[in-house]
Amino acid sequence: MEKGTWKVKEGLARMLKGGVIMDVVTPEQAKIAEDAGACAVMALERVPADIRSAGGVARMADPAIISAIMKTVGIPVMAKCRIGHFAEAQLLQSLGVDFIDESEVLTPADESFHIWKQDFTVPFVCGCRDLGEALRRITEGAAMIRTKGEAGTGNIVEAVRHMRAVQGAIRRIRGLPQEELVAEAKALGASPELVMGIHSSGKLPVVNFAAGGVATPADASLMMQLGAEGVFVGSGIFKSSDPPAMARAIVKATTHYQDPAIVAEVSKGLGEAMAGLDIKTIPQQELLATRGW
Amino acid sequence: MKIGVLALQGAFLEHIHIMQQLGAEASPIRLPNELDGKDGFIIPGGESSAMLNLMQSFNLIQPLREIAKGGVPIWGTCAGMILLAKKISNLDTETLALMDMTVRRNAFGRQIDSFETELSIPALGNKPFPAVFIRAPFIESASQKVEILARLPDGTPVAAKQGKLLVTAFHPELTGDPRLHDYFLKIVTSAASKK
Repeated sequence: MEKGTWKVKEGLARMLKGGVIMDVVTPEQAKIAEDAGACAVMALERVPADIRSAGGVARMADPAIISAIMKTVGIPVMAKCRIGHFAEAQLLQSLGVDFIDESEVLTPADESFHIWKQDFTVPFVCGCRDLGEALRRITEGAAMIRTKGEAGTGNIVEAVRHMRAVQGAIRRIRGLPQEELVAEAKALGASPELVMGIHSSGKLPVVNFAAGGVATPADASLMMQLGAEGVFVGSGIFKSSDPPAMARAIVKATTHYQDPAIVAEVSKGLGEAMAGLDIKTIPQQELLATRGW
Repeated sequence: MKIGVLALQGAFLEHIHIMQQLGAEASPIRLPNELDGKDGFIIPGGESSAMLNLMQSFNLIQPLREIAKGGVPIWGTCAGMILLAKKISNLDTETLALMDMTVRRNAFGRQIDSFETELSIPALGNKPFPAVFIRAPFIESASQKVEILARLPDGTPVAAKQGKLLVTAFHPELTGDPRLHDYFLKIVTSAASKK
């Protein structure tokens, strides 16, 4: 019996596919998410929209909140640690969380190095803006990838940009002749072995979700049609006017993303989606997606 | 053979690909009108509560029960095993309730307790089966009608069969060993030939 193997880690990510992972800050919210059909929850102290408005240093959540949420729901519980903060990650693993998100939403602890995730028993998910970034995280041990998007904005534009960048780069590699793959890997700043794997399989070696700006059922459908295998919804649910209804609707739209009639039906009468932010109005130093490399 | 794979959430594509490699016609099932004309069904791994929620929302529970009563084979892996059980010992919820057994959800603990092992499955021959258990359930108790197909070394039952219904607590769709898919296809073929 072997625990913490690669199969077991990336396998859990596969079990989350086609599902919605929701940010929650209390056990009550976690229950709402589970009852709405979430495939996992992300236990936080604040949702990204509140982290954005609070400013200052955003750290890992209080372990008491995470433990309370773990006791409340039967679905997997994820938690975020700061980029490079392996001690926070160790602590989260010892709490028994099911997945760690090494996240740009929190203030980075290390501006040069991400966590060496291979050494952990618990699987990690990491954000990316393009294929090179995704592959660097996978080499470090990430068992799941997500777009960074721009968290806490309710604006899908950055998630779309990042998903298109990843999928476009995969299509490009697919079409390259064998002799150009090592140079492509050099240009991407990624391992040649992973680039060769993509050349033959046509896909990332791990599951890829959309995150950062998903606020409506149509946003979820858009990201799934662009190639996401599931979605994270951060502030989009509990910053909307009717969270249980929004949560149920995004779950249904993620499953039936190819059926516009169902996405239309579930989108009716949801009330106000979260207030959105135009990315261009955010000062450069407050952008979250540029954290990490 | 036409195999429908419940595609509400979870690792359904993996099952579809393996079934296609074995020459079956496999397709995803999201709505009741897609259930017709199938020779067998697979309920994949994923989150059982998320799947159950979507099965309730899109009215799939009663049709699936009727299909099983009509003698169409169904195979549940991990979450699928939970949904086929009559009772879940640590969760009060509706299920398809098709197999006379009680199943424990997340029975081995959280993700850090997920594991891989080489499992002896006598029905597949002497070669052990690579079994991946991810936040897996196990069978806590079962009636005489349920035949246990595999146990962990400590005796815990992790695969079983009742008539044309098959369950595995682990994920044969993740390991590239097609013997269990082949085993299920044989059940499907024999059921279809008796129609």
